[in-house]
Amino acid sequence: MAETLPKPRSFQEIILRLQGYWAAKGCAVLQPYDMEVGAGTFHPATTLRALGSKSWAAAYVQPSRRPTDGRYGENPNRLQHYYQYQVLIKPSPPDLQELYLGSLEAIGIDMALHDVRFVEDDWESPTLGAWGLGWEVWCDGMEVSQFTYFQQVGGHDCTPVSGELTYGLERLAMYVLGVDHVMDMPYNDPQAPIALKYGDVFRQTEQEYSRWNFDVADTEVLLRHFEEAEAECARILAEPHEDPKTGKRIVMAHPAYDQTIKASHIFNLLDARGVISVTERQAYIGRVRALAKMCADAFVQTDAGGYVA
Amino acid sequence: MPDLLIELFSEEIPARMQTRAAEDLKKLVTDGLVEAGLTYAGAAAFSTPRRLTLALEGLTAESPTLKEERRGPKVGAPDKAIEGFLRGAGVARADLVEREEKKGAFYFATVVTPGRKADAIVAEVLEKTIRTFPWPKSMRWGAGSLRWVRPLHSIICLLTDEGGAQVVDLDIDGIKAGRATRGHRFMAPAPFDVTSFADYEAKLKRAFVILNAGERADAIWHDATNAAFAQGLEVVEDQGLLREVAGLVEWPVVLMGSIDDQFLGLPPEVLQTSMKEHQKFFSVKNPRTGRIEKFVTVANRETADNGATILAGNQKVLAARLSDAKFFWENDLRVAQTGLEAWTDRLSNVTFHNKLGSQKDRIDRIAALAREIAPLVGADADLAEQAARVAKADLSSEMVYEFPELQGLMGRYYAEAAGLPTEVAAACQEHYSPLGPSDDVPTAPVPVAVALADKIDTLTGFWAIDEKPTGSKDPYALRRAALGVIRLVLVNGLRTELLSVFKFGIDAQPMKMALKGAWRNCEMEAKRIEEQLADPSFVGSLISGTREELEQLLPTIEQALEDSRREYDAHVEHLNEGPKDLLAFFHDRLKVYLRDQGIRHDVIDACLAMDGSDDLARLVKRAEALQGFMSSEDGPNLLQGFKRANNILAQAEAADGVEYSFGADPKFAETEEEKALFTALDAAEARIKPAMEAEDYDTAMAAMAQLRAPIDAFFEAVQVNSDNQVVRRNRLNLLSRIRQTCLQVADLTKVEG
Repeated sequence: MAETLPKPRSFQEIILRLQGYWAAKGCAVLQPYDMEVGAGTFHPATTLRALGSKSWAAAYVQPSRRPTDGRYGENPNRLQHYYQYQVLIKPSPPDLQELYLGSLEAIGIDMALHDVRFVEDDWESPTLGAWGLGWEVWCDGMEVSQFTYFQQVGGHDCTPVSGELTYGLERLAMYVLGVDHVMDMPYNDPQAPIALKYGDVFRQTEQEYSRWNFDVADTEVLLRHFEEAEAECARILAEPHEDPKTGKRIVMAHPAYDQTIKASHIFNLLDARGVISVTERQAYIGRVRALAKMCADAFVQTDAGGYVA
Repeated sequence: MPDLLIELFSEEIPARMQTRAAEDLKKLVTDGLVEAGLTYAGAAAFSTPRRLTLALEGLTAESPTLKEERRGPKVGAPDKAIEGFLRGAGVARADLVEREEKKGAFYFATVVTPGRKADAIVAEVLEKTIRTFPWPKSMRWGAGSLRWVRPLHSIICLLTDEGGAQVVDLDIDGIKAGRATRGHRFMAPAPFDVTSFADYEAKLKRAFVILNAGERADAIWHDATNAAFAQGLEVVEDQGLLREVAGLVEWPVVLMGSIDDQFLGLPPEVLQTSMKEHQKFFSVKNPRTGRIEKFVTVANRETADNGATILAGNQKVLAARLSDAKFFWENDLRVAQTGLEAWTDRLSNVTFHNKLGSQKDRIDRIAALAREIAPLVGADADLAEQAARVAKADLSSEMVYEFPELQGLMGRYYAEAAGLPTEVAAACQEHYSPLGPSDDVPTAPVPVAVALADKIDTLTGFWAIDEKPTGSKDPYALRRAALGVIRLVLVNGLRTELLSVFKFGIDAQPMKMALKGAWRNCEMEAKRIEEQLADPSFVGSLISGTREELEQLLPTIEQALEDSRREYDAHVEHLNEGPKDLLAFFHDRLKVYLRDQGIRHDVIDACLAMDGSDDLARLVKRAEALQGFMSSEDGPNLLQGFKRANNILAQAEAADGVEYSFGADPKFAETEEEKALFTALDAAEARIKPAMEAEDYDTAMAAMAQLRAPIDAFFEAVQVNSDNQVVRRNRLNLLSRIRQTCLQVADLTKVEG
């Protein structure tokens, strides 16, 4: 295992170290997906690329939004907007656990002093029709990552199996940096001429979005957008595979999947607005899952999804 | 005789699956070996987070050669048949012998199956075991198709005898069996070879792995209790947690930490549950105050700073968790102080069962039932109803949302905070009880009323919609609910006629109303269409459609009306049978319960046959008296006398086609013994009648026992079938008096012996 590096001093340094580590391990370092998502898994680089037979290795930061978790910036570790670091490697390499532990050392966790444990935690995403087996990884009793071997996505068996790692960046960084309140965490180097804390960057937006998410977002508009995204997804996928203009086979899995992402996020917003009852909740989740399945079906009909004419 | 060592080394196996998996490994491998003709002297299985291990001692080196004679076709059978037989038996024509049997001459072949070496058998059995292993959940990984609980990395499969250790030749999807394993993931990660089980276990220990889960658990408990004792504290015992934690570590290191003062005001159960569920911590209690003041966590390694970093990290995580718990607790208390109704009302959005309505609907039924039951258990009806209305309010609280296992208990705290009467608060906590057969039974009247109402509503609800337990399927835990009612009734000595309570419960269930609603709707619709069609000027309307369409629709609606009415009637008929059917289910549960208490099954049957068997307390009183009586000397003797009298009587009644049920008159008595029996019956009845009224079954049965001598003497001296018809009839009527007298406590015809 690698030498333990000196402790990082800021949130961004932890991100940079993870980027450097996984780049060195051969992952394509991607950029965040440019849509609102609930978790890094929603990035097509995970959801869609976990499907089909082609090999894949990607790592990226994904800003994630969970409207119901908004606490107006006051809770020490709950945010409606936060970052996840996501790694997906297909097929999962035999030394994925060691690779993962190496990434902890890269961000300054000294394995000789800490107690790292793999504790059973099966992952399931009802909205994506996906599940896998794995663990939550504990460092001194604190959950620092989710480690999953994908078995199914969008109702399709994953062959080969992808290994997925998800780090909750704020929580992990707070732990490594020894900070008790997320807003007090150094965002850039505390010695920088203009030193910024996480709160300097995000406290105000947490307040603004908390208010909008909980009380102001127009539910009628959202409901309409949900239906529109649902309809558009189906419409895109109903188009023939052959493009009449270019004469090429172009299956539009990604544009359709964008609509799935949209529907999923709108559902989360509606949930935060408290307009969805317990029974309706299941129905909405089922509708998003149906879209995700359709997109998965479409993706395996594309080159990237391993389709061979 | 070789020993066998198997280790299946994988990524971390879920703690809850390890023990079972080790047992399964042992069973599958040993069964497979035995089936293939090997024997062994001893077997032991072990598990750690990363390995399943099996050690077999004294395995036979090879399976025995088996000789078996097979009969073939008849001599002279077509060549085709003979060739087929030769192929199947694997012998040549020259090897066949002819032998004469009853049915003629046949060919016989001796088939020799040579013994096989242990290693070949082991390889085959282990491969099959791995490929068919019964994990509760298994997975694939990488590009392979092998399934295991988590990725399988290496296999040790080693046969050891005086000559040394031999690796069994086995390759499962590229994982080749060998003799190497690894120690602790962090403290001794390098691979090393082993030569035998003893060598394996010893080297593992040097590599910071305790192989035996029991040994790990003992070490944890020993160190934890010592650490607590040194500070005058004690660890709260939790066997389940201990087993789980022992499955999370290979090298347990116990660390004790403190709980910040700001959290000590939380209810102790909240502290304990939060620490256990989220962090797998043991609670450490101050025995003087009963308060939980510290915790014990179990790390998986030693460190240079003696665990200081690990403990500090754990303490911090706990503080964050408890901050959440404190936040929930304080929020909940604020709501509770304004009353619990808001929480109960919110339960109207929570479905209990789609045919039985929402939780709120259920609460309304339980409240009505609790009111009905209250006088039977000596509870104030208003209080019982009030308690039922708030008993499930805590299901809406933040704390119970976070920790469902605290339901009831939190209800009590919140009811107290709401300033509700003590009995009501107690009912919130206790109305789920008793859950298991050894769980405490509530005894205070208000909790008893709500506990009964809760369970009886559940039972009558599922009876009403015909979702009873079948075989091993009991998804709504109805057997447990029935046993709960039985124990509530018996422990509290409650006198209730359950049938009427069941009827009340069943009538309150919503299914009937729903069916009636459907029927009424059809009826109204049919009536509306009929009325419209009856108007000759009606040509149709925008809403109803044209006249023709309505004419076509009418028969469909009428059919639907007929169907829904029939469905309603069938349901009502089903409901009418409900209480009796449910009582039969209770009797079955009661039989199991009483049999566990040592009461004979025939004794139970004899008492169940009596009227009023829905009064369980009386039923059990009878059974206990009868059981006591049957184990006394008088019991079996009286039973003989009774049965003799009953048999003679029954035969005579069958032959004569009449029932001899009254009119025995002492004036027709001829012998002294006959007269004595009359006198004894009079005396016995004089004692039995008041005893029966007082439900003093012991006295009643003792009085019956007095009849034993006169009955014996009577049969000794008297011939019942006298030629004199008057005397005969009188004697039969006398026997009938014996029968009548003896059948008052229980149906003795059902008692054996």
